[in-house]
Amino acid sequence: MFDRRLITNFDWGLLGLTLLLGALGLIALYSAAMAGISTPQKIIYIKQLVWYCVGLAAMVIAFLFNYKILDRWAHAIYVICITLLICVIFFGKHIGGSKRWLILGPFSIQPSELVKIAVIIILSRYYSMRGSTRGFSLRELFSPLLFTAIPFILVVKQPDLGTAMLIILIAGSMTVFAKIERRSLIYSIASCAISVPLIWFFLKGYQKQRILTFLNPDRDPLGAGYHIIQSKIAIGSGMISGKGFLKGTQNALSFLPEHHTDFIFSVLAEEWGFVGSSVVLLVFFLLIISGLNVALKCREPFGTILSVGITAMISWQVFINIGMAMGIIPVVGIPLPFISYGGSSIVSMMLCIGLLMNVSMRRFMIE
Amino acid sequence: MIKYLKTVDSEWYKHRLAGVMFCIMTAFVLLFARLFYLQVIKGDEFRQLSENNSIRLQNTEAPRGLIFDRKGKLLVDNRPSFDLSIIVKDAKPIAHTIEKLSRYVKVPEKDLMSKIEKNNGVSFYRPVMLKQDIGRDTLGAIEVHKFDLPGVEINVKPRRHYVNKHIAAHLIGYLGEINVNELKSKRYLGYSSGDFIGKFGVEKVYEQFLKGKHGGRQVEVNVTGRVVRILQTVHAQPGHNIFLTIDLELQKKAEALLNGVAGAAVAMEPTTGRILAMASSPSFDQNIFVSGLSHEEWNSLVNNPLRPMENKAVQAEYPPASVYKIVTAIAGLEEGIIDEKTTFYCPGHYRLGDRVFRCWKKGGHGSVKVVKALAESCDVFFYQVGQKVGIDRLAWYAKGCGLGSTTGINLDQESKGLVPTAAWKKKRTGIAWQGGETLSVAIGQSYNLVTPLQMLVLTSAVANGGIIYKPVILQTIKTDEDKVLFKSESQAIGKLPASSSTIEIVKRGLWEVVNTRKGTARSARVAGIEISGKTGTAQVVSSDISETDSEEEREYHLKPHAWFTAYAPSDDPQIAVTVIVEHGEHGSSAAAPIAKELIKKYLSNDKPGNRLKAQRGATDLQGSNIYVR
Repeated sequence: MFDRRLITNFDWGLLGLTLLLGALGLIALYSAAMAGISTPQKIIYIKQLVWYCVGLAAMVIAFLFNYKILDRWAHAIYVICITLLICVIFFGKHIGGSKRWLILGPFSIQPSELVKIAVIIILSRYYSMRGSTRGFSLRELFSPLLFTAIPFILVVKQPDLGTAMLIILIAGSMTVFAKIERRSLIYSIASCAISVPLIWFFLKGYQKQRILTFLNPDRDPLGAGYHIIQSKIAIGSGMISGKGFLKGTQNALSFLPEHHTDFIFSVLAEEWGFVGSSVVLLVFFLLIISGLNVALKCREPFGTILSVGITAMISWQVFINIGMAMGIIPVVGIPLPFISYGGSSIVSMMLCIGLLMNVSMRRFMIE
Repeated sequence: MIKYLKTVDSEWYKHRLAGVMFCIMTAFVLLFARLFYLQVIKGDEFRQLSENNSIRLQNTEAPRGLIFDRKGKLLVDNRPSFDLSIIVKDAKPIAHTIEKLSRYVKVPEKDLMSKIEKNNGVSFYRPVMLKQDIGRDTLGAIEVHKFDLPGVEINVKPRRHYVNKHIAAHLIGYLGEINVNELKSKRYLGYSSGDFIGKFGVEKVYEQFLKGKHGGRQVEVNVTGRVVRILQTVHAQPGHNIFLTIDLELQKKAEALLNGVAGAAVAMEPTTGRILAMASSPSFDQNIFVSGLSHEEWNSLVNNPLRPMENKAVQAEYPPASVYKIVTAIAGLEEGIIDEKTTFYCPGHYRLGDRVFRCWKKGGHGSVKVVKALAESCDVFFYQVGQKVGIDRLAWYAKGCGLGSTTGINLDQESKGLVPTAAWKKKRTGIAWQGGETLSVAIGQSYNLVTPLQMLVLTSAVANGGIIYKPVILQTIKTDEDKVLFKSESQAIGKLPASSSTIEIVKRGLWEVVNTRKGTARSARVAGIEISGKTGTAQVVSSDISETDSEEEREYHLKPHAWFTAYAPSDDPQIAVTVIVEHGEHGSSAAAPIAKELIKKYLSNDKPGNRLKAQRGATDLQGSNIYVR
């Protein structure tokens, strides 16, 4: 039953990079939670440590079974995740004006984190079954559109604009990877170009305001605009070598909003400087390359597309989160994988790495 | 797996991965470049900014909308409050600064220090509030010694000010700091802790119009915390102004008349539903809520047996007593059980089975028709009408008259009252309805409960010929620049379950209440104005009395509540008034004079046309004594 090749094909690189990122994340979080504040939030740090352990367990589970059964279970997983999202509408907990959490005993989970994985799996199944070199026509793209639109709308309702947009970006990346027919591509781009002004016309005044602020934080100098300035000051003031561990001042001033979730990169860049931040960026880069490597080595479409989807998710999150902290992307609440505080994010990310390992170690099984 | 390979092979995908790789590389190059720009090229500049910690956010609070009466007289405004705060980081050496500050503000050093220590957890770069609303003298002293007091800030904030102490306190309501539960609710999205919100009355229900929008500034400060440059400004938007339908003068009169008793007086235009006055007694001073009141102060308000925090006009429920005979009369007439000429004999009591029900008049009223029965409030007449109509039909008419459900006025916590039916009693107590109870209900006792406002709406409906209007308190909402945003319109929400001839008969009865020799409210007569109305004397349920009450208190609690509801002028109603005086004993002596004074005040105010019309009616009254309280 047990095949020795499972061991020989195990992706030690992926494991190493993941653990490294986790360690860096814990150090940064320690700073964010403890530095300069007279009432250290030690509990945050300990909670995160616990979540890492849960995440590691999830990772192990995710590579123990053969990933190909995901192909068969894709719809079931999808339906369960959507059901959880619907539950959030009815039983969700309000935190800071949005309803994103489900309370399960002592834990609170964020189903929107899991639904991203469900979308990746179901799209992998669809594209791998029907893929062809000519690409997908508009008619064939109807189902993927539906698979994406349902969670998108549910997440927008929460409201969690960042995650909703992420779902679109992941699905979009996977679709482009699976190839769209040239004519369909032109049609869809054209219809988008037409519908955007139309939708804009139907939006209410305050909704327009919100979108404009999202695109240009300077419109809201007391909110998003202020956060961006403070984040840029934090990162910039780190200079080449950084201010040193626990010596960040921007962080201590609680000038940084959400410093242990969305703006954790600013904390880290302030204390570790260009040298340290570059190392973090580099580790992320290597991790993403390893993900693509898994896709490359896999010899069947489902595994390839699955790996590309997961890698796309990680890449977008890294790019958007760090880009936002440095002021090149609008302010969106998206966690930095493996580093930001938050159980659902950590566990779902580790789960994804587990799936990549799974694909990687079973690549010999297809001839 | 075979089926996959039919369409595309994995080599094809490998090809496409090159494209993905390219995108990833580009993204990372971008990130690295930006990081390099921020930390290496611009690093010095940002380090400087971070060391001075020089970009700060200052909030400016939006002035809350003002509240006016129907004639534009100011009821609520904002006055500047000078708040003293300190930024600990800039206030070095702190002990020295605090010592000096304590001398100017006349607050012990110890107290100031403890405030700073309490806020230590937040951040020592944020201002800590030391004292709100310092006086002008203190303000002067601090301004003069500004340079000796590093880190000390004075912020001007608009502070709510209720111009007329105690007047319309229940209607206007008050402000309070937003609490944890309110912060969580959807209604208060976008509020943050420390914000003040309307907690009661108009301040609460029109919160969204009154609040305005906070503004703020992004500023660059120097080492001592003084602003050197304003980077960005967002102007605060003042809240909208609200014009109420009440008439301040009439309101003041109502409060004055209720002074010293517990009760309520409400007045409205019977043909529009606009509330003219709404007084509940005893009242309270809303200004004390602005500065935040102590636990003891709050408790003394809440535990006061006269319930000053309750708006008795809409929240309190009382047995309607004889005022309810309007409903019984309508039911009898509409059901065809009586007509105008039907006569019952009142010997002073009525026998049902082996029980004897008394009329309030011991000797009895003799032969009574419906108009006289209303005028003299004959119980025996209405016992018989009620008995014949039956409890469930009676309840149907009561509900049709607007009882047993809220009037829909836009105020918090309006009570519904209670219209008992046989089924209701069975469900509630498990005991079947007793015939005798119908008799009690018919004269407004038993389980019946109404609010003064419900009675007012019913009275108005009778006055205007049968239309039930929703009572409104809002006249207009205007923006800061006097642009009208919203204008309320009168809204008919139902019709009395009565034909116009029935209403005419009832109106005649109500006219006779005030204007005939034997009417129960002769005392309400006013020279020059014809008033119609109905008195009521509500027996008090004994549960009000507690064991611990003193003899005097017990006597007070046993006295019945006094009702009077009226409209005037009788032939062209301009105002309807309902008054209840808790434990006032008799409607005619305690409540009617108050209603009379209000009507007099309103109609003699600035309506010469009405006075002329009323003059005509006054000739009928010549020769009879006019009761003066």
